[in-house]
Amino acid sequence: MSSANPLLDFVLIHADNSLILSQRLSEWCGHGPVLEQDMALTNIALDHIGRARLLYQYAAELDGTGKTEDDFAFVRDELDYKNVLLAEYPNVDFAYTILRQFFMDSFYIDFLDKMVLSTDTRLSQIANKSLKETQYHYKWSKDWVIRLGDGTEVSHQKIQTALNRLWEYHGELVVPSDAEKIMIAQKIAPDFEEIKALRTQRILETFAEANLTTPSNPWQQSGGKKGYHSEHFGFLLTEMQFMQRAYPGLDW
Amino acid sequence: MTETKINTSRTENAKKILHEVYDPEIPVLSVLDLGVIRSIREVGEILEVDITPTYSACPAMKVIEMSVQAALDQAGLGPVKINTVLDPVWTTDWMSAEGKVKLLEYGIAPPQLSARIKNLSLGNTTISCPQCASTNTVCISEFGSTACKALYKCKDCLEPFDYFKCH
Repeated sequence: MSSANPLLDFVLIHADNSLILSQRLSEWCGHGPVLEQDMALTNIALDHIGRARLLYQYAAELDGTGKTEDDFAFVRDELDYKNVLLAEYPNVDFAYTILRQFFMDSFYIDFLDKMVLSTDTRLSQIANKSLKETQYHYKWSKDWVIRLGDGTEVSHQKIQTALNRLWEYHGELVVPSDAEKIMIAQKIAPDFEEIKALRTQRILETFAEANLTTPSNPWQQSGGKKGYHSEHFGFLLTEMQFMQRAYPGLDW
Repeated sequence: MTETKINTSRTENAKKILHEVYDPEIPVLSVLDLGVIRSIREVGEILEVDITPTYSACPAMKVIEMSVQAALDQAGLGPVKINTVLDPVWTTDWMSAEGKVKLLEYGIAPPQLSARIKNLSLGNTTISCPQCASTNTVCISEFGSTACKALYKCKDCLEPFDYFKCH
């Protein structure tokens, strides 16, 4: 569902990516494999909530109909969310969660770096604020991909399984939507081809170091940016939106 | 047009007050030590204070904002208006030298390198133990008890400790 405002659409893609990824990561709270990694997962979730808020606040201004950041987060329907399918993919296990995070971070580390140069001042500032956080996330997820892939027989097998399954979800981030194409033309968004090349290099180098076999299947899932989501998404929204749906306008 | 004034007796008084307003999570650091106060100025009748967030979702920011507002109001320096500014982005380079000493005395290893050479600060830095000053330490987790800290352990005195990350 694209609106008549490509800038708003663009902001929502990235706000929704952060919110939905954050919701998934927060499901780990109290269930991490060890205390330190439980804290890492929830710290990363928190950073993404912060980023989502900054973007939703901007979206609310762009929308101009009196909506607030919370309206965007909690009372939209499934078709209105524009996050990539990767962000909503269930946690499954620690290996899947790590790989999903690595695919997100390996995109955002270069995307945000270039977004700092955006002709949109507000987005440039938000990118600059988020970049340092993503650098920490990337280091963490990359280290864990290598640690699991180059670890024990079991850890290797688990992350290779996750890679084989999630591979078809990694590409959607670097394929620009209609709104993103307009943003690229206006130099509000950076050139995706350049980011794609940088990311491919990061991915291949990391998998080589982790002794992982990169799947050869070139086919990629898509649809999230247009609002067509996976069967998992309704369940996620049901839990995430419960409070605002049951008690509209509820405040602390 | 409303006149904007800095370095007045009111803004200087406000600075003195803010030296006594502390970070709720790290109660030895004042908001000035932390470097989150970016500007204090008089705009007409109003005292405007610019605050920048440390981490984008740091839960302490709301408390800091309310504490700043309350402290200035109580000191009779109101009306006060707090603005949140994102640009330029906060960096640990803005932490005061006294702030770093206070952190160390409190048992938190202060940020060691300039955040400008950020790639060096990710994992390859030697962090000294705040208890025994040994450099024989190891990073347990890049993510610690708050967004701004990593968890380390000293291999000599065996104490775990927090490290305030370069940012």
